[in-house]
Amino acid sequence: MAEFLDYFRKERLPHIWCPGCGHGTVVGALVRAIDKLGLDKNNIVLVSGIGCSSRAVGYLDFDTLHTTHGRAIAFATGVKLARPNLHVIVLTGDGDCAAIGGNHFIHAARRNIDITTIIMNNSIYGMTSGQYSPTTPHGMYATTAPYGNVEYDFDLCELAEAAGATYVARATSYHVTLLESLIEKAIMNKGFSVVEALTQCPTYLGRKNKIGGPVEVLNWIKDRTVNVKAVSSLPPEKTEGKILIGELYKTERPEYTASYMEMSAKVQRTYNGSFKSKGGERGCESNSD
Amino acid sequence: MAEVVKLLQGNEACTLGAIAAGLEFYAGYPITPSTEIAEMCSEELPKIGGRFIQMEDEIGSIAACIGASLAGKKAMTATSGPGFSLMQESIGYASLCEIPVVIIDMQRVGPSTGMPTSPAQGDLMQARWGTHGDHPIVVLAPGNVKECFELTFRAFEIAEELRVPVIVLADEVIGHMREKVIMPDPKSYKMPKRAMPKTPKGYKPYEADPDGGVPLMAPFGTGYRWHCTGLTHDEAGAPTSNPDVADRLVRRLARKIDKRMDELTDYFAENTEGCEVAVVSFGSSAMAALSAVRRARQEGLKAGMVRLKTMWPFPDAKLRELTKSAHTIIVPEMNLGQLALEVERVVDCKRKVVKLGKVNGELFHPDEIFAALKEAF
Repeated sequence: MAEFLDYFRKERLPHIWCPGCGHGTVVGALVRAIDKLGLDKNNIVLVSGIGCSSRAVGYLDFDTLHTTHGRAIAFATGVKLARPNLHVIVLTGDGDCAAIGGNHFIHAARRNIDITTIIMNNSIYGMTSGQYSPTTPHGMYATTAPYGNVEYDFDLCELAEAAGATYVARATSYHVTLLESLIEKAIMNKGFSVVEALTQCPTYLGRKNKIGGPVEVLNWIKDRTVNVKAVSSLPPEKTEGKILIGELYKTERPEYTASYMEMSAKVQRTYNGSFKSKGGERGCESNSD
Repeated sequence: MAEVVKLLQGNEACTLGAIAAGLEFYAGYPITPSTEIAEMCSEELPKIGGRFIQMEDEIGSIAACIGASLAGKKAMTATSGPGFSLMQESIGYASLCEIPVVIIDMQRVGPSTGMPTSPAQGDLMQARWGTHGDHPIVVLAPGNVKECFELTFRAFEIAEELRVPVIVLADEVIGHMREKVIMPDPKSYKMPKRAMPKTPKGYKPYEADPDGGVPLMAPFGTGYRWHCTGLTHDEAGAPTSNPDVADRLVRRLARKIDKRMDELTDYFAENTEGCEVAVVSFGSSAMAALSAVRRARQEGLKAGMVRLKTMWPFPDAKLRELTKSAHTIIVPEMNLGQLALEVERVVDCKRKVVKLGKVNGELFHPDEIFAALKEAF
């Protein structure tokens, strides 16, 4: 365990999450995936927005950027385009990513920019104490859905795939080893990758809907899911209405920053000599990538 | 070196000023009347290894610029009223997190969509107070095409040196007008450079003299592994609710600007010495105002002209000094008196401040200002 703690800013612990929250499980999976890949800590930038999920970055020992609500992917786009050599990972939540940040999410997917987006989806606004989110199932209760949620929820993985993401996967805070391996593959994918992690919020979703404590909410999540690999061998009644987990979509498509740099290199060859392009003269020799 | 003369549009001059200052990253969203800046950046930046990205909206544009700046690049965006409003939240983020970024606002008539192709100066207060909370910001207002180059360059110097967002507040006429510009010799100016820490060992991202000190900024991806948050933070960058730490931070940020009032103050003045009536203006309104003041002088009236180039921090003392002999101060501006409010605040209450506001999308005609001058004498 000691070596995993090296990925944390130990002086910033303990974290602020409620007892029984599923977000820490996702952070654990992320850290183990990074460790398994053997990536250099100095080449990883973690970016988050606002909400419970977004506090994760403050506890982790990387360059970390805790931004404004919904904008993590837009900030991350700037970091990645500025320094394409960095691994840029966004940690976000269902409200942050799918409500206020939905526009940046689909456009990053469309560009296929090499950012790994991990959505901690607990189907509720936890930080503001339990309002319904774009992923709160129809009919469930929240502090702003006292008579049951009238709206219907998003399938974020289908959204990501439709918008152009090249790696899309889903796991839960129950299926931890699966989650870890999906995050690993997502980081390695050269393009926009999405891993949705369904997590339990016992404090608000669990309580408001009388599901029970952390274990009960976790079981509730588990029972709602089925592994995509098992679907074909199961009878229809066991898969109907279930949420698929596992690797859901994977494809290859030119990555945005690589395409941009290629275009820029071509333009520079064409215009060679008309502009001075030495980093030193531009006052930024230390970051001339 | 032979003198280089160009016929430039204000928007082009802004872009060239930014490139001269080392612009490496532009993220923007199309909006009239600033779009030419984005177009020119998309063409020029790839040639010099820079980056251009057209984001999905202005919120994303400023966010991407801040991300790029954190990664060590000199970053800029350009917009106009509606887009400027959308950027406000993240401008506050850059203020608190002390991230250099330059934002050009080519003002157009508002409120709302207003008149996109007509000039206005209604964003003066938004530029200062558009984002929530007390925050440091610097706002520069070019009055002609040459100054679009100079003040955009200057904006980068200030942004990089003080780690603040700097706004270049121009207007549709300044942005679209073409003028002859004698280009400054590149050898005559020094490209602004961000001060960097020397070692990651013991690095505290927000360690600085409480009296307006500027902390050293380590670019992401260079081994410093620091935390940047829009939550109120301590010197180590950790979120805090400690009242003493919060107080010290917000006061240091304000002091960063106040302390450097003299070096930040920039203006143009003519015939203010002993003037009886002073005209105080900025941007394209000041072009008509200067013409009116010169005509008044020709007719023997003791009129003086002050054109502010630094709008924020507002140059209280300097303006008081320049207008001390005037019994009346006329403030022509393309809004209903935003600059006049500041002038009223600054000058002693015995002086009369005449608000000459215009919000119909038309430029001032020198005759209008001349008439007001005549009336004042």
